[in-house]
Amino acid sequence: MLEFLGYYNYWVFAILLMIGFYAVIARGNLIKKLLGLSIFQSAVFLMYITMDKVEGGTAPIIQPGATDQLYSNPLPQVLILTAIVVGVSTTALGLAIVVRIKDAYGSIEEHEIFEENQPQ
Amino acid sequence: MNLEAHLPALQIVVPLLSVPVVMLLKPRGFAWAATTAASIVALAIAISLTSAVLGGAEIRYLMGSWSAPYGIELSVDHFSAVLLLVISGASTFALLAGRQSIASQIEAERQPMFFAAWLLALAGLAGIAVSGDAFNVFVFMEISSLASYVLIAGGPDRRALPSVFKYLIMGTIGATFYLIGVGLIYMMTGTLNLADMEMRIHEVSDQAPILVAAGFITVGLALKAALFPLHAWLPNAYTYAPHAVTVFLAACATKVSLYVLLRFDFVVFQPNLAGHDIQFAFFLLPLAVLAIIVASAVAVFEKNLKRLLAYSSVAQIGYIMLGASLVSQAGLTASILHIFNHSLAKGTLFLAVAGLALRSQSLRLDGIAGAAKTMPWTMAAFVIGAFSLIGIPGTAGFISKWYLILAVLDQGLLGVALVFAIVVGSLLAVVYVWRVVEAAWFRAPPAEGAATREAPFELLAVTWVAALANLYFGIFTEVPVSLASMAAEGLRELMP
Repeated sequence: MLEFLGYYNYWVFAILLMIGFYAVIARGNLIKKLLGLSIFQSAVFLMYITMDKVEGGTAPIIQPGATDQLYSNPLPQVLILTAIVVGVSTTALGLAIVVRIKDAYGSIEEHEIFEENQPQ
Repeated sequence: MNLEAHLPALQIVVPLLSVPVVMLLKPRGFAWAATTAASIVALAIAISLTSAVLGGAEIRYLMGSWSAPYGIELSVDHFSAVLLLVISGASTFALLAGRQSIASQIEAERQPMFFAAWLLALAGLAGIAVSGDAFNVFVFMEISSLASYVLIAGGPDRRALPSVFKYLIMGTIGATFYLIGVGLIYMMTGTLNLADMEMRIHEVSDQAPILVAAGFITVGLALKAALFPLHAWLPNAYTYAPHAVTVFLAACATKVSLYVLLRFDFVVFQPNLAGHDIQFAFFLLPLAVLAIIVASAVAVFEKNLKRLLAYSSVAQIGYIMLGASLVSQAGLTASILHIFNHSLAKGTLFLAVAGLALRSQSLRLDGIAGAAKTMPWTMAAFVIGAFSLIGIPGTAGFISKWYLILAVLDQGLLGVALVFAIVVGSLLAVVYVWRVVEAAWFRAPPAEGAATREAPFELLAVTWVAALANLYFGIFTEVPVSLASMAAEGLRELMP
């Protein structure tokens, strides 16, 4: 039980990941799909942030005089900052495509777009 | 300043820095010219890197002089050289040939943006090939993917939009899976540098997270590489993309993901995880065989020329994966050789299709009926490309299929069954290619919308250069074969 609680953050990561994944697969509305995709990506951000935390560690800033300061690993935070930017761009591009789909088809429901395409 | 030492960085920097310039070039034609120039420079860099690698040089470049594994390291070996040639070659060919084709599909005022996205895709794909850092690869993968979504959605066909949305969703899931895998490995080893990772995984006591990471990375990259059954995004995306974009992306985009997959698996996982080579083979070999048979069979019944060729691409990914999943020197050589040769064949075919699309109203098989009567040169180049795709002796495609069959026959009884699959796949290729050839050469043209004259000269010339390259590399095989076998050796050197 304690071990389960100790991995609390990782359980949240896994559950969020699956919620996002489910929304991407199960929803027919393109905006909801994108929302799912964002949740899916955010879950991964959480995983990176969790693994860099050192218990009792402070921010990784050099302090004069202190040589054995315990600090959290800054690298995953930097990585995830990049990944957040990537995620934002992906969502932005996805939304832009949805706007154009709405213009071209008059709908953002997957099955309606599919039916529109059929006579071709 | 020694320019030669900076070539690996310039391979990315030249297209990347051309992007803002191209975006500002409003007047007609300039954006195309600048993009083509940047692409030619990239090709020249790729060729010079390749010749340096063939000369035995070991190319490592430290970004900003931060020493590896702390800084980002770029490294070029034989395998990345093959990819660089394919990427910059495909981009250059597509641009040189595609000026009219792009002008007919993209409005003049949107062209600078379109070309900017093109250069971003080029920079991203080249970045994946030269980077030696796992996270850096992710960033470049997303740069190239986002740019290619823009490129694919750029055409006039509205059906491109739902296809590109699907591609965006599936591509992002694939990249995120890869990111999870990299995170898990970083958690266990504390490094992102591929070479360093390999050394440190030895010291990891609990291998379970590494195993999970291997699963995430393999599935994520297989999704991006359109490995059957994860190929659902590919056919429509390639079909409705602007024709020049299809030439560019069909020749290289999926192969770059395969490159990362093979590199990760052979360099990081296989030497360090017990029994991983067997798991790798058992997981991917059936998928590869299914890809060859199922995708070829679907292509046989396809009525749209571009989608037919797209399904054929899925089948060709199967051949590449089949060679790799044998986990042998000969298999990898065949696989890497096929990456090169298939790009030549598919590039030629899609170039011919781009020419056809300029003159014929429809790309359905009954729409291009009789096209060879008015466009004999285009269709002749198409036939050469098709021969190479099937693997007729004397073309490049034959060489890689030959190596693949030799590699497969090393496997004993299983090998005989696999040869059977390869032969069935090739026969199916004969059938679907014949349907196109029969329509174009022997049927009467449709009443309206038929092709009226030959494709524009520059497009035709580039198509023929590509077609002749298929013949050239079918006879003078030394350069690609030695590159591929050295690349395979490089991947295998860490194996126990």
